[in-house]
Amino acid sequence: MNEHARRLVLPLAVLALAVLAWDLVVRVNGLPPYILPGPGLVLSTLVADWPILWSSLLTTLEITFAALMLAAAGGIGLALLFNQSRLIEHSLYPYAVILQVTPVVAIAPLLLIYLPQPAAVLTCAWIVAFFPVLANTTLGLNSVDHNLADLFRLYGASRWQVLWELKLPAALPYMLGGLKIAGGLALIGAVVAEIAAGSAGAGSGLAYRIAESGYRLNIPRMFAALLLLSVAGIAIFALLSWLTHLALRRWHESAVTREG
Amino acid sequence: MASSASGPPIVSLRGIGKTFGNGTVAIDGLDLDVRGGEFVSLLGPSGCGKSTALRILAGLSEPSRGHVAWRVSHAPRDVGFVFQEPTLMPWATVFANVFLPLKLAGEDRAAAAPRIEATLARVGLADFAQAYPRELSGGMRMRVSIARALVTQPRVLLMDEPFAALDEITRFKLNDDLLALWRELRMTVVFVTHSVFESVYLSERIVVMSPRPGRIASELAVDTPVRDTQFRTSADYAAVCRRASEALAIAMAGERTPA
Ligand SMILES: Nc1ncnc2c1ncn2[C@@H]1O[C@H](COP(=O)(O)OP(=O)(O)OP(=O)(O)O)[C@@H](O)[C@H]1O
Ligand SMILES: [Mg+2]
Repeated sequence: MNEHARRLVLPLAVLALAVLAWDLVVRVNGLPPYILPGPGLVLSTLVADWPILWSSLLTTLEITFAALMLAAAGGIGLALLFNQSRLIEHSLYPYAVILQVTPVVAIAPLLLIYLPQPAAVLTCAWIVAFFPVLANTTLGLNSVDHNLADLFRLYGASRWQVLWELKLPAALPYMLGGLKIAGGLALIGAVVAEIAAGSAGAGSGLAYRIAESGYRLNIPRMFAALLLLSVAGIAIFALLSWLTHLALRRWHESAVTREG
Repeated sequence: MASSASGPPIVSLRGIGKTFGNGTVAIDGLDLDVRGGEFVSLLGPSGCGKSTALRILAGLSEPSRGHVAWRVSHAPRDVGFVFQEPTLMPWATVFANVFLPLKLAGEDRAAAAPRIEATLARVGLADFAQAYPRELSGGMRMRVSIARALVTQPRVLLMDEPFAALDEITRFKLNDDLLALWRELRMTVVFVTHSVFESVYLSERIVVMSPRPGRIASELAVDTPVRDTQFRTSADYAAVCRRASEALAIAMAGERTPA
Protein backbone atom coordinates (compact mmCIF):
# COMPACT_ATOMS: atom_id res chain seq x y z
CA MET A 1 0.00 0.00 0.00
CA ASN A 2 1.49 3.36 -0.91
CA GLU A 3 1.67 6.38 1.36
CA HIS A 4 -1.35 8.07 -0.24
CA ALA A 5 -3.67 5.09 0.06
CA ARG A 6 -2.55 4.44 3.62
CA ARG A 7 -3.38 7.99 4.67
CA LEU A 8 -6.90 7.47 3.36
CA VAL A 9 -7.53 3.88 4.39
CA LEU A 10 -6.21 4.03 7.96
CA PRO A 11 -8.51 6.80 9.24
CA LEU A 12 -11.45 5.17 7.47
CA ALA A 13 -10.68 1.87 9.16
CA VAL A 14 -10.61 3.62 12.53
CA LEU A 15 -13.96 5.21 11.71
CA ALA A 16 -15.49 1.87 10.75
CA LEU A 17 -14.25 0.29 13.97
CA ALA A 18 -15.59 3.15 16.09
CA VAL A 19 -19.02 3.00 14.44
CA LEU A 20 -19.09 -0.75 14.91
CA ALA A 21 -18.20 -0.42 18.60
CA TRP A 22 -20.82 2.30 19.04
CA ASP A 23 -23.45 0.07 17.44
CA LEU A 24 -22.43 -2.87 19.64
CA VAL A 25 -22.60 -0.81 22.83
CA VAL A 26 -26.11 0.35 21.95
CA ARG A 27 -27.35 -3.14 20.99
CA VAL A 28 -25.74 -5.14 23.79
CA ASN A 29 -26.94 -2.78 26.50
CA GLY A 30 -30.26 -2.20 24.83
CA LEU A 31 -29.88 1.56 25.22
CA PRO A 32 -32.97 3.59 24.39
CA PRO A 33 -32.56 6.29 21.67
CA TYR A 34 -33.00 9.16 24.18
CA ILE A 35 -29.87 7.98 26.01
CA LEU A 36 -27.75 7.00 23.04
CA PRO A 37 -29.10 6.37 19.55
CA GLY A 38 -27.29 3.84 17.40
CA PRO A 39 -25.45 4.88 14.23
CA GLY A 40 -28.21 3.42 12.07
CA LEU A 41 -30.86 5.58 13.73
CA VAL A 42 -28.70 8.70 13.45
CA LEU A 43 -28.29 8.02 9.75
CA SER A 44 -31.97 7.43 9.14
CA THR A 45 -32.77 10.61 11.11
CA LEU A 46 -30.33 12.46 8.95
CA VAL A 47 -32.21 11.29 5.88
CA ALA A 48 -35.68 11.81 7.33
CA ASP A 49 -34.92 15.30 8.69
CA TRP A 50 -32.82 16.28 5.70
CA PRO A 51 -34.96 19.26 4.56
CA ILE A 52 -34.75 20.90 8.00
CA LEU A 53 -31.11 19.99 8.59
CA TRP A 54 -30.05 21.04 5.10
CA SER A 55 -31.56 24.50 5.41
CA SER A 56 -29.96 24.80 8.87
CA LEU A 57 -26.62 23.76 7.44
CA LEU A 58 -26.92 26.41 4.74
CA THR A 59 -27.69 29.05 7.37
CA THR A 60 -24.67 28.05 9.44
CA LEU A 61 -22.38 27.96 6.42
CA GLU A 62 -23.65 31.34 5.26
CA ILE A 63 -22.84 32.91 8.61
CA THR A 64 -19.48 31.14 8.82
CA PHE A 65 -18.37 32.29 5.38
CA ALA A 66 -19.62 35.81 5.91
CA ALA A 67 -17.70 35.90 9.20
CA LEU A 68 -14.62 34.45 7.54
CA MET A 69 -14.70 37.05 4.76
CA LEU A 70 -15.14 39.85 7.28
CA ALA A 71 -12.39 38.35 9.46
CA ALA A 72 -10.06 38.20 6.46
CA ALA A 73 -10.88 41.77 5.48
CA GLY A 74 -10.66 43.02 9.07
CA GLY A 75 -7.58 41.03 10.02
CA ILE A 76 -5.59 41.83 6.90
CA GLY A 77 -6.81 45.42 6.83
CA LEU A 78 -5.85 46.01 10.45
CA ALA A 79 -2.48 44.30 9.98
CA LEU A 80 -1.73 46.59 7.03
CA LEU A 81 -2.81 49.62 9.00
CA PHE A 82 -0.63 48.56 11.96
CA ASN A 83 2.27 47.96 9.61
CA GLN A 84 2.01 51.43 8.13
CA SER A 85 1.60 53.28 11.41
CA ARG A 86 3.26 52.40 14.70
CA LEU A 87 1.02 54.94 16.42
CA ILE A 88 -2.15 53.12 15.39
CA GLU A 89 -0.61 49.74 16.16
CA HIS A 90 0.37 50.69 19.69
CA SER A 91 -3.02 52.32 20.30
CA LEU A 92 -5.21 49.48 19.04
CA TYR A 93 -3.30 46.21 19.28
CA PRO A 94 -3.98 45.66 23.01
CA TYR A 95 -7.72 45.85 22.31
CA ALA A 96 -7.46 43.27 19.57
CA VAL A 97 -5.77 41.00 22.10
CA ILE A 98 -8.42 41.69 24.75
CA LEU A 99 -11.15 40.87 22.25
CA GLN A 100 -9.37 37.61 21.54
CA VAL A 101 -8.65 36.46 25.09
CA THR A 102 -12.12 37.22 26.45
CA PRO A 103 -14.05 33.95 26.02
CA VAL A 104 -16.60 34.39 23.29
CA VAL A 105 -19.11 32.27 25.25
CA ALA A 106 -19.16 35.09 27.77
CA ILE A 107 -19.56 37.83 25.18
CA ALA A 108 -22.32 36.12 23.19
CA PRO A 109 -25.20 36.70 25.66
CA LEU A 110 -24.34 40.39 25.82
CA LEU A 111 -24.23 40.72 22.06
CA LEU A 112 -27.60 39.01 21.88
CA ILE A 113 -29.06 41.72 24.08
CA TYR A 114 -27.77 44.59 22.01
CA LEU A 115 -27.95 43.20 18.48
CA PRO A 116 -30.57 41.36 16.46
CA GLN A 117 -29.75 37.67 16.51
CA PRO A 118 -28.24 37.24 13.02
CA ALA A 119 -25.96 40.23 13.58
CA ALA A 120 -24.99 38.96 17.04
CA VAL A 121 -24.09 35.54 15.69
CA LEU A 122 -22.09 37.06 12.87
CA THR A 123 -20.27 39.37 15.27
CA CYS A 124 -19.40 36.46 17.56
CA ALA A 125 -18.02 34.44 14.69
CA TRP A 126 -16.05 37.44 13.49
CA ILE A 127 -14.55 38.18 16.92
CA VAL A 128 -13.01 34.72 17.25
CA ALA A 129 -11.98 34.46 13.61
CA PHE A 130 -10.28 37.78 12.93
CA PHE A 131 -7.47 37.56 15.46
CA PRO A 132 -5.47 34.70 13.93
CA VAL A 133 -5.62 36.51 10.59
CA LEU A 134 -4.43 39.74 12.22
CA ALA A 135 -1.67 38.09 14.25
CA ASN A 136 -0.37 35.96 11.38
CA THR A 137 -0.50 38.72 8.80
CA THR A 138 1.32 41.06 11.18
CA LEU A 139 4.00 38.42 11.69
CA GLY A 140 4.26 37.93 7.93
CA LEU A 141 4.55 41.61 7.16
CA ASN A 142 7.36 41.86 9.69
CA SER A 143 9.17 38.79 8.38
CA VAL A 144 10.42 40.39 5.19
CA ASP A 145 14.04 39.55 4.34
CA HIS A 146 16.10 42.58 5.43
CA ASN A 147 18.34 42.42 2.40
CA LEU A 148 15.35 42.38 0.08
CA ALA A 149 13.98 45.39 1.91
CA ASP A 150 17.37 47.10 1.44
CA LEU A 151 17.28 46.24 -2.24
CA PHE A 152 13.88 47.88 -2.62
CA ARG A 153 15.23 50.95 -0.84
CA LEU A 154 18.28 51.00 -3.10
CA TYR A 155 16.07 51.05 -6.18
CA GLY A 156 13.97 53.88 -4.79
CA ALA A 157 10.77 51.87 -4.26
CA SER A 158 7.79 53.85 -3.02
CA ARG A 159 5.97 52.91 0.17
CA TRP A 160 3.20 51.47 -1.95
CA GLN A 161 5.62 49.37 -4.03
CA VAL A 162 7.28 48.01 -0.91
CA LEU A 163 3.88 47.02 0.42
CA TRP A 164 2.51 45.54 -2.78
CA GLU A 165 5.60 43.97 -4.31
CA LEU A 166 7.45 42.90 -1.18
CA LYS A 167 5.54 42.83 2.08
CA LEU A 168 2.27 41.34 0.87
CA PRO A 169 3.81 38.45 -1.09
CA ALA A 170 6.18 37.75 1.80
CA ALA A 171 3.22 37.74 4.19
CA LEU A 172 0.98 35.57 2.01
CA PRO A 173 1.94 32.17 3.49
CA TYR A 174 1.40 33.51 7.01
CA MET A 175 -1.87 35.13 6.00
CA LEU A 176 -3.18 31.88 4.53
CA GLY A 177 -2.12 30.01 7.66
CA GLY A 178 -4.14 32.50 9.69
CA LEU A 179 -7.14 32.04 7.43
CA LYS A 180 -6.99 28.29 7.83
CA ILE A 181 -7.27 28.67 11.60
CA ALA A 182 -9.91 31.37 11.21
CA GLY A 183 -12.14 29.08 9.11
CA GLY A 184 -12.54 26.61 11.97
CA LEU A 185 -12.90 29.38 14.52
CA ALA A 186 -15.61 31.17 12.53
CA LEU A 187 -17.69 28.00 12.63
CA ILE A 188 -17.09 27.66 16.37
CA GLY A 189 -18.02 31.31 16.92
CA ALA A 190 -21.26 30.93 14.96
CA VAL A 191 -22.18 27.79 16.90
CA VAL A 192 -21.38 29.32 20.28
CA ALA A 193 -23.56 32.35 19.57
CA GLU A 194 -26.48 30.23 18.44
CA ILE A 195 -26.19 27.96 21.45
CA ALA A 196 -26.11 31.03 23.68
CA ALA A 197 -29.27 32.28 21.99
CA GLY A 198 -30.70 28.83 22.73
CA SER A 199 -34.23 27.79 21.88
CA ALA A 200 -35.36 31.28 22.73
CA GLY A 201 -33.54 32.50 19.64
CA ALA A 202 -35.17 32.85 16.30
CA GLY A 203 -32.20 31.37 14.51
CA SER A 204 -32.31 28.37 12.29
CA GLY A 205 -28.67 27.30 12.08
CA LEU A 206 -27.39 23.84 12.97
CA ALA A 207 -26.44 24.86 16.50
CA TYR A 208 -29.96 26.10 17.03
CA ARG A 209 -31.24 22.72 15.84
CA ILE A 210 -28.99 21.01 18.36
CA ALA A 211 -30.20 23.20 21.20
CA GLU A 212 -33.82 22.79 20.15
CA SER A 213 -33.52 19.00 19.77
CA GLY A 214 -31.88 18.87 23.18
CA TYR A 215 -34.89 20.52 24.80
CA ARG A 216 -37.17 18.10 23.01
CA LEU A 217 -35.02 15.11 23.88
CA ASN A 218 -34.72 14.38 20.17
CA ILE A 219 -31.26 12.90 20.66
CA PRO A 220 -30.94 11.24 17.23
CA ARG A 221 -31.44 14.61 15.55
CA MET A 222 -28.84 16.15 17.88
CA PHE A 223 -26.35 13.57 16.66
CA ALA A 224 -27.34 14.09 13.04
CA ALA A 225 -26.86 17.86 13.34
CA LEU A 226 -23.55 17.34 15.14
CA LEU A 227 -22.41 15.07 12.34
CA LEU A 228 -23.25 17.73 9.77
CA LEU A 229 -21.34 20.35 11.81
CA SER A 230 -18.22 18.18 11.81
CA VAL A 231 -18.52 17.58 8.09
CA ALA A 232 -18.92 21.33 7.53
CA GLY A 233 -15.81 22.01 9.62
CA ILE A 234 -13.79 19.45 7.69
CA ALA A 235 -15.03 20.85 4.37
CA ILE A 236 -14.04 24.39 5.33
CA PHE A 237 -10.60 23.24 6.41
CA ALA A 238 -10.13 21.24 3.21
CA LEU A 239 -11.24 24.17 1.07
CA LEU A 240 -8.82 26.58 2.74
CA SER A 241 -5.99 24.04 2.58
CA TRP A 242 -6.63 23.64 -1.12
CA LEU A 243 -6.63 27.41 -1.68
CA THR A 244 -3.37 27.66 0.25
CA HIS A 245 -1.85 24.94 -1.85
CA LEU A 246 -2.94 26.65 -5.08
CA ALA A 247 -1.46 29.96 -4.00
CA LEU A 248 1.87 28.62 -2.74
CA ARG A 249 2.58 25.48 -4.71
CA ARG A 250 5.09 27.09 -7.06
CA TRP A 251 7.37 28.68 -4.54
CA HIS A 252 6.77 28.16 -0.84
CA GLU A 253 8.58 25.45 1.07
CA SER A 254 5.37 24.39 2.80
CA ALA A 255 3.63 23.57 -0.46
CA VAL A 256 6.30 22.18 -2.75
CA THR A 257 7.05 18.51 -2.81
CA ARG A 258 10.75 17.84 -2.98
CA GLU A 259 11.87 15.42 -5.58
CA GLY A 260 14.67 12.97 -5.19
CA MET B 1 43.44 45.56 -21.06
CA ALA B 2 41.19 47.37 -18.65
CA SER B 3 43.84 47.78 -15.98
CA SER B 4 44.87 51.12 -17.45
CA ALA B 5 41.31 52.32 -17.90
CA SER B 6 40.80 53.57 -14.31
CA GLY B 7 40.11 57.27 -14.33
CA PRO B 8 39.62 59.91 -11.66
CA PRO B 9 37.69 59.07 -8.48
CA ILE B 10 33.95 58.68 -8.99
CA VAL B 11 33.22 58.41 -5.30
CA SER B 12 35.25 59.31 -2.23
CA LEU B 13 34.79 58.33 1.38
CA ARG B 14 36.34 60.80 3.79
CA GLY B 15 36.85 60.23 7.50
CA ILE B 16 33.98 57.78 7.59
CA GLY B 17 33.04 56.42 10.99
CA LYS B 18 30.15 54.22 12.00
CA THR B 19 29.09 53.58 15.57
CA PHE B 20 26.11 51.28 16.00
CA GLY B 21 23.38 51.79 18.56
CA ASN B 22 24.92 49.17 20.84
CA GLY B 23 28.16 51.13 21.00
CA THR B 24 30.13 49.00 18.51
CA VAL B 25 32.52 51.17 16.54
CA ALA B 26 32.43 49.24 13.27
CA ILE B 27 34.66 51.61 11.28
CA ASP B 28 36.50 54.78 12.08
CA GLY B 29 38.49 57.27 10.02
CA LEU B 30 38.07 55.38 6.78
CA ASP B 31 39.25 57.14 3.60
CA LEU B 32 38.72 55.54 0.23
CA ASP B 33 38.65 56.71 -3.37
CA VAL B 34 37.02 54.53 -5.97
CA ARG B 35 38.25 55.33 -9.46
CA GLY B 36 36.08 55.13 -12.54
CA GLY B 37 36.32 51.80 -14.34
CA GLU B 38 38.53 50.04 -11.82
CA PHE B 39 38.04 46.71 -10.16
CA VAL B 40 38.86 47.25 -6.51
CA SER B 41 38.60 44.72 -3.68
CA LEU B 42 38.08 45.41 -0.01
CA LEU B 43 39.99 42.67 1.76
CA GLY B 44 39.82 42.11 5.48
CA PRO B 45 39.07 39.59 8.21
CA SER B 46 35.53 38.83 9.30
CA GLY B 47 33.96 41.62 11.31
CA CYS B 48 36.39 44.35 10.19
CA GLY B 49 33.61 46.48 8.75
CA LYS B 50 33.72 45.66 5.03
CA SER B 51 29.98 45.23 4.72
CA THR B 52 29.39 48.35 6.76
CA ALA B 53 31.68 50.36 4.47
CA LEU B 54 29.97 49.00 1.37
CA ARG B 55 26.52 49.74 2.73
CA ILE B 56 27.58 53.30 3.48
CA LEU B 57 28.92 53.58 -0.06
CA ALA B 58 25.58 52.34 -1.40
CA GLY B 59 23.63 54.75 0.77
CA LEU B 60 21.97 51.89 2.65
CA SER B 61 23.46 53.07 5.91
CA GLU B 62 24.25 56.57 7.16
CA PRO B 63 27.79 57.17 8.42
CA SER B 64 28.04 58.50 11.97
CA ARG B 65 31.00 60.65 10.98
CA GLY B 66 32.58 61.80 7.73
CA HIS B 67 30.98 62.07 4.33
CA VAL B 68 30.50 60.28 1.04
CA ALA B 69 31.08 62.36 -2.07
CA TRP B 70 29.84 61.06 -5.39
CA ARG B 71 31.38 62.75 -8.41
CA VAL B 72 29.11 61.05 -10.91
CA SER B 73 25.38 60.40 -10.90
CA HIS B 74 24.40 57.70 -8.45
CA ALA B 75 20.70 57.46 -9.17
CA PRO B 76 19.14 54.07 -8.30
CA ARG B 77 19.84 52.63 -11.74
CA ASP B 78 23.48 53.67 -11.76
CA VAL B 79 24.46 51.52 -8.79
CA GLY B 80 24.02 47.76 -8.60
CA PHE B 81 24.33 45.86 -5.33
CA VAL B 82 24.92 42.14 -4.93
CA PHE B 83 24.50 40.67 -1.46
CA GLN B 84 26.32 37.73 0.05
CA GLU B 85 23.12 35.70 -0.32
CA PRO B 86 21.23 35.69 -3.62
CA THR B 87 18.39 37.63 -1.94
CA LEU B 88 15.78 36.74 -4.54
CA MET B 89 12.03 36.96 -4.16
CA PRO B 90 11.01 33.30 -3.78
CA TRP B 91 7.49 33.99 -5.04
CA ALA B 92 8.69 35.43 -8.34
CA THR B 93 10.20 33.77 -11.40
CA VAL B 94 13.77 34.43 -12.47
CA PHE B 95 12.40 36.81 -15.09
CA ALA B 96 10.35 38.73 -12.55
CA ASN B 97 13.28 38.90 -10.15
CA VAL B 98 15.52 40.42 -12.79
CA PHE B 99 12.71 42.73 -13.89
CA LEU B 100 12.37 44.13 -10.35
CA PRO B 101 14.73 47.15 -10.61
CA LEU B 102 13.09 48.20 -13.87
CA LYS B 103 9.60 47.64 -12.50
CA LEU B 104 10.35 49.77 -9.47
CA ALA B 105 11.48 52.49 -11.86
CA GLY B 106 8.08 52.29 -13.56
CA GLU B 107 9.15 50.50 -16.72
CA ASP B 108 6.77 48.44 -18.80
CA ARG B 109 7.25 44.68 -18.65
CA ALA B 110 6.91 44.10 -22.38
CA ALA B 111 9.25 46.94 -23.23
CA ALA B 112 11.84 45.67 -20.75
CA ALA B 113 11.62 42.03 -21.81
CA PRO B 114 14.38 42.11 -24.47
CA ARG B 115 16.84 43.69 -22.02
CA ILE B 116 15.95 41.17 -19.33
CA GLU B 117 16.42 38.28 -21.73
CA ALA B 118 19.72 39.70 -22.92
CA THR B 119 20.93 40.08 -19.33
CA LEU B 120 19.87 36.54 -18.49
CA ALA B 121 21.70 35.27 -21.56
CA ARG B 122 24.78 37.16 -20.42
CA VAL B 123 24.88 35.25 -17.14
CA GLY B 124 24.05 31.98 -18.90
CA LEU B 125 20.48 31.63 -17.70
CA ALA B 126 18.56 32.25 -20.91
CA ASP B 127 16.62 29.01 -20.51
CA PHE B 128 15.61 29.61 -16.93
CA ALA B 129 13.54 32.79 -17.19
CA GLN B 130 10.37 31.04 -16.04
CA ALA B 131 11.98 28.99 -13.25
CA TYR B 132 11.46 29.82 -9.60
CA PRO B 133 14.50 30.45 -7.38
CA ARG B 134 13.96 27.21 -5.47
CA GLU B 135 14.38 25.29 -8.69
CA LEU B 136 17.92 26.62 -9.18
CA SER B 137 21.28 25.67 -7.77
CA GLY B 138 23.15 28.03 -5.44
CA GLY B 139 25.45 29.21 -8.23
CA MET B 140 22.52 29.82 -10.58
CA ARG B 141 20.71 31.85 -7.92
CA MET B 142 23.81 33.98 -7.49
CA ARG B 143 23.88 34.56 -11.22
CA VAL B 144 20.25 35.68 -11.14
CA SER B 145 21.24 38.09 -8.41
CA ILE B 146 24.07 39.41 -10.59
CA ALA B 147 21.73 39.67 -13.59
CA ARG B 148 19.34 41.72 -11.47
CA ALA B 149 22.16 44.07 -10.53
CA LEU B 150 23.26 44.37 -14.17
CA VAL B 151 19.87 44.87 -15.79
CA THR B 152 19.87 48.62 -15.19
CA GLN B 153 23.32 48.82 -16.78
CA PRO B 154 24.87 50.37 -13.69
CA ARG B 155 28.13 52.25 -13.78
CA VAL B 156 29.08 50.96 -10.39
CA LEU B 157 28.65 47.41 -9.14
CA LEU B 158 28.97 46.87 -5.39
CA MET B 159 29.41 43.25 -4.36
CA ASP B 160 29.48 41.97 -0.79
CA GLU B 161 31.21 38.58 -0.73
CA PRO B 162 28.91 37.37 -3.48
CA PHE B 163 30.60 34.02 -3.97
CA ALA B 164 31.52 33.20 -0.37
CA ALA B 165 28.90 30.49 -0.04
CA LEU B 166 29.78 28.68 -3.26
CA ASP B 167 32.04 25.76 -3.97
CA GLU B 168 35.43 26.44 -5.51
CA ILE B 169 34.60 25.25 -9.03
CA THR B 170 31.50 27.42 -9.24
CA ARG B 171 33.37 30.31 -7.67
CA PHE B 172 36.17 30.14 -10.25
CA LYS B 173 33.61 30.03 -13.03
CA LEU B 174 31.71 33.02 -11.67
CA ASN B 175 35.01 34.87 -11.10
CA ASP B 176 35.77 34.53 -14.81
CA ASP B 177 32.23 35.47 -15.78
CA LEU B 178 32.45 38.56 -13.62
CA LEU B 179 35.78 39.62 -15.12
CA ALA B 180 34.37 39.17 -18.62
CA LEU B 181 31.34 41.30 -17.73
CA TRP B 182 33.51 43.95 -16.18
CA ARG B 183 35.63 44.24 -19.31
CA GLU B 184 32.67 44.17 -21.62
CA LEU B 185 30.50 46.64 -19.74
CA ARG B 186 33.29 48.94 -18.50
CA MET B 187 31.81 49.19 -15.03
CA THR B 188 33.45 50.12 -11.78
CA VAL B 189 33.40 47.16 -9.41
CA VAL B 190 33.87 47.36 -5.65
CA PHE B 191 34.24 43.79 -4.45
CA VAL B 192 34.22 42.83 -0.78
CA THR B 193 35.92 39.59 0.13
CA HIS B 194 37.90 37.91 2.86
CA SER B 195 39.68 35.66 0.42
CA VAL B 196 43.20 36.75 -0.48
CA PHE B 197 43.20 34.49 -3.53
CA GLU B 198 39.94 35.78 -4.87
CA SER B 199 40.92 39.40 -4.41
CA VAL B 200 44.24 38.90 -6.19
CA TYR B 201 42.65 37.01 -9.04
CA LEU B 202 39.94 39.58 -9.64
CA SER B 203 41.13 43.03 -8.79
CA GLU B 204 43.47 45.68 -10.08
CA ARG B 205 43.72 47.16 -6.64
CA ILE B 206 43.34 45.57 -3.24
CA VAL B 207 42.46 47.70 -0.26
CA VAL B 208 43.36 45.89 2.94
CA MET B 209 41.27 46.72 5.99
CA SER B 210 42.23 46.28 9.62
CA PRO B 211 39.64 45.50 12.28
CA ARG B 212 38.29 47.17 15.43
CA PRO B 213 37.67 49.77 14.38
CA GLY B 214 37.70 49.12 10.65
CA ARG B 215 40.00 51.31 8.62
CA ILE B 216 42.27 51.11 5.58
CA ALA B 217 45.58 49.51 6.53
CA SER B 218 47.32 49.30 3.17
CA GLU B 219 46.88 49.11 -0.56
CA LEU B 220 48.23 46.77 -3.18
CA ALA B 221 48.20 47.02 -6.97
CA VAL B 222 47.87 43.91 -9.09
CA ASP B 223 49.25 44.70 -12.53
CA THR B 224 48.37 41.70 -14.59
CA PRO B 225 46.84 42.10 -18.00
CA VAL B 226 45.54 38.55 -18.41
CA ARG B 227 43.57 36.71 -15.76
CA ASP B 228 42.80 33.13 -16.60
CA THR B 229 43.49 29.60 -15.42
CA GLN B 230 47.13 30.05 -16.29
CA PHE B 231 47.38 33.16 -14.16
CA ARG B 232 45.83 31.26 -11.28
CA THR B 233 48.69 28.79 -11.32
CA SER B 234 51.48 31.22 -12.19
CA ALA B 235 54.36 32.19 -9.95
CA ASP B 236 53.29 35.78 -10.44
CA TYR B 237 49.93 35.08 -8.88
CA ALA B 238 51.51 33.23 -5.98
CA ALA B 239 53.85 36.13 -5.35
CA VAL B 240 51.06 38.70 -5.24
CA CYS B 241 49.02 36.42 -3.00
CA ARG B 242 51.96 36.19 -0.63
CA ARG B 243 52.27 39.98 -0.53
CA ALA B 244 48.54 40.36 0.06
CA SER B 245 48.62 37.78 2.84
CA GLU B 246 51.47 39.61 4.50
CA ALA B 247 49.62 42.91 4.23
CA LEU B 248 46.60 41.25 5.78
CA ALA B 249 48.69 39.74 8.59
CA ILE B 250 50.19 43.14 9.35
CA ALA B 251 46.73 44.72 9.33
CA MET B 252 45.46 42.11 11.76
CA ALA B 253 48.52 42.31 13.98
CA GLY B 254 48.04 46.08 14.21
CA GLU B 255 44.82 45.38 16.00
CA ARG B 256 46.43 43.33 18.75
CA THR B 257 49.05 45.93 19.65
CA PRO B 258 47.43 48.32 22.12
CA ALA B 259 47.66 51.89 20.86
N1 LIG C 1 23.40 46.35 12.74
C1 LIG C 1 24.46 46.24 13.56
N2 LIG C 1 24.34 46.53 14.86
C2 LIG C 1 25.40 46.44 15.69
N3 LIG C 1 26.63 46.08 15.31
C3 LIG C 1 26.83 45.78 14.03
C4 LIG C 1 25.75 45.84 13.07
N4 LIG C 1 26.24 45.49 11.87
C5 LIG C 1 27.54 45.23 12.05
N5 LIG C 1 27.90 45.40 13.35
C6 LIG C 1 29.26 45.24 13.91
O1 LIG C 1 30.15 45.98 13.12
C7 LIG C 1 31.33 45.26 12.90
C8 LIG C 1 31.61 45.18 11.42
O2 LIG C 1 30.57 44.42 10.81
P1 LIG C 1 30.55 44.14 9.25
O3 LIG C 1 29.31 43.37 8.98
O4 LIG C 1 30.75 45.39 8.50
O5 LIG C 1 31.82 43.19 9.09
P2 LIG C 1 32.39 42.47 7.81
O6 LIG C 1 33.76 42.94 7.62
O7 LIG C 1 31.45 42.62 6.67
O8 LIG C 1 32.43 40.95 8.28
P3 LIG C 1 32.14 39.61 7.47
O9 LIG C 1 33.33 39.34 6.62
O10 LIG C 1 31.99 38.58 8.54
O11 LIG C 1 30.89 39.83 6.68
C9 LIG C 1 31.18 43.93 13.58
O12 LIG C 1 31.89 43.96 14.77
C10 LIG C 1 29.70 43.81 13.84
O13 LIG C 1 29.50 43.15 15.06
MG1 LIG D 1 30.12 41.27 5.66
